[in-house]
Amino acid sequence: MSNLPADLKYTKTHEWVKDNGDGTLTIGITDHAQEALGDIVFVETPETGRTLEADEASAVVESVKAASDIYAPIAGEVVESNANLSDTPETINTSPYEDGWIYRLAPVDMSAYQGLLDAAAYEQTVADEED
Amino acid sequence: MLIHDQSRTGRRATAQAPLDFPETTNIPEELRRRARAALPEVSELQVVRHYTRLSQKNFSIDTHFYPLGSCTMKYNPRACNSLAMLPGFLARHPLAPQSHSQGFMACLHDLQEILKQVTGMHAVSLAPSAGAQGEFAGVAMIRAYHQARGDHARTEILVPDAAHGTNPASAVMCGFKAREIPTGANGDVDLDALHAAVGPQTAGIMLTNPSTVGVFDRNIQAIARAVHAAGGLLYYDGANLNAILGKVRPGDMGFDVIHMNLHKTFSTPHGGGGPGAGPVGVSKRLEPFLPVPMVARDGDTYHWLTEQERPDSIGRLNAFGGNMGILLRAYVYARMLGREGMGRVAEFATLNANYLIVRLRAGGFEAAYPERRASHEFIITLKRENREFGVNAMDFAKRLLDYGYHAPTTYFPLLVPECLLIEPTESETKEELDGFVEAMMAIRREAQENPEKVRSAPHSLPVRRLDDVRAARHLDLAWKPTPREDAHERS
Repeated sequence: MSNLPADLKYTKTHEWVKDNGDGTLTIGITDHAQEALGDIVFVETPETGRTLEADEASAVVESVKAASDIYAPIAGEVVESNANLSDTPETINTSPYEDGWIYRLAPVDMSAYQGLLDAAAYEQTVADEED
Repeated sequence: MLIHDQSRTGRRATAQAPLDFPETTNIPEELRRRARAALPEVSELQVVRHYTRLSQKNFSIDTHFYPLGSCTMKYNPRACNSLAMLPGFLARHPLAPQSHSQGFMACLHDLQEILKQVTGMHAVSLAPSAGAQGEFAGVAMIRAYHQARGDHARTEILVPDAAHGTNPASAVMCGFKAREIPTGANGDVDLDALHAAVGPQTAGIMLTNPSTVGVFDRNIQAIARAVHAAGGLLYYDGANLNAILGKVRPGDMGFDVIHMNLHKTFSTPHGGGGPGAGPVGVSKRLEPFLPVPMVARDGDTYHWLTEQERPDSIGRLNAFGGNMGILLRAYVYARMLGREGMGRVAEFATLNANYLIVRLRAGGFEAAYPERRASHEFIITLKRENREFGVNAMDFAKRLLDYGYHAPTTYFPLLVPECLLIEPTESETKEELDGFVEAMMAIRREAQENPEKVRSAPHSLPVRRLDDVRAARHLDLAWKPTPREDAHERS
């Protein structure tokens, strides 16, 4: 199985979510997702200040194979997007959990964070998908 | 080598055809070219060899088996070309008066009638110039219908996740929000998810049936009932019409709008982006909104229907009336087949696909939907080959080129990992299909014994493996944004 940091939460749609401890969350895509997509060539990040519903398409990651929507794990307002991705989209391939983060979100209700998948549950989702 | 690289100063090819129009002399002096055009200076034989060699580098339906799934690369009968190129058709001016265009308009009118009958729709317009434009017209009509009823709350179009990417794009182009419906493990639309998604906000659903996963959705009547009961309309994406031509009619399945890709199902030449034709057919309640022009028959005479006769039309989609040369080819094709022949198209297209999938499975390949019968196309997944040999679907596709086969569609639909979407069409012989199976099995053996050979394919073509990542990251565009447009894009 690919790399799954235990201190992150995950979604069925292959986003990871990190609690920054300051009332914001950072969102990116998992190592498994970047591997399945292949070489990423373009990323469309959400504008700062945009409000997102839970499960709303919030960003687009495009590889040579496919263009995929990235969904908001929970509702909130975008406080920052990773500006570096426009020039170096491949950062998502090389560093999916660190430099390849996509945006930061100030959630409406932080308690929803606890309802996301932990690493083991996400791993199970991926295993089920591959059967 | 570019033809410019063969250029030598002073070398000439004297045109043998006499000039049959007077040289233009009334171009104002300031608009005339001063320097000579930078044309290559080559002999006539050099020109002939250069372009003959270039044409031999084509992979095309005229030279190779072309099982490109969802594209229906069937044989384009020569009779369609020669008849559509009769001088009376070719030389007709698009602004010629109706009285001088009666034969031409009779062909278009007949084609409208044929398409109505074969799809079971109430009326047809030939105006859209491509499948995507047909989709746009279809969704625009759905919008016009709801607006005409004062029903402004319908903001969503439902689109299954297996759909062609054009479906959600067309919905958004027409101002709707696209809402995705998942496909169940058996290949049919997930009915529970559909019931949960459908409601007073539903303007319609866009369905491809058989779907892009190569199976006929058995729940089509339940889907139609659910969407109609909520006040939404059903859109039929005709991409896969070849599988059911002359057998099942979208009108009978309950669809309100359909677009047909004449360049697929009706065998007009395509590939490389066109030209296409995407006529739209509609049920009775959408008839007023059809795009113009259309052709009407009044006794023995034909006349154009324009915005004047059809005030509720969504309007024109292009300057004149679609790709007329393509419409004529499709008309000849339909007339040559006749009603019974259309049914045989579907029979042989599905027979060929089912023969191929059975043989490929016997050869060790994994079908994405093993319990389902294929429609006119099917999906195999190479995830096992990828896992065990490190050889993926793209590697198989590239290696097939060395064996003399055009690659099937790769990595579409997106919901099946490492997939090849294979559509043999009705045109191929059993021997050709057997040859393809043998090539696939040979590549599988290579993947086991010498995977690098497959990963670095193609080896025998003038162009080797392209760096598609670099091509996408460093676009080589003739168009460059002006500073103002660039600022606008980024704002």
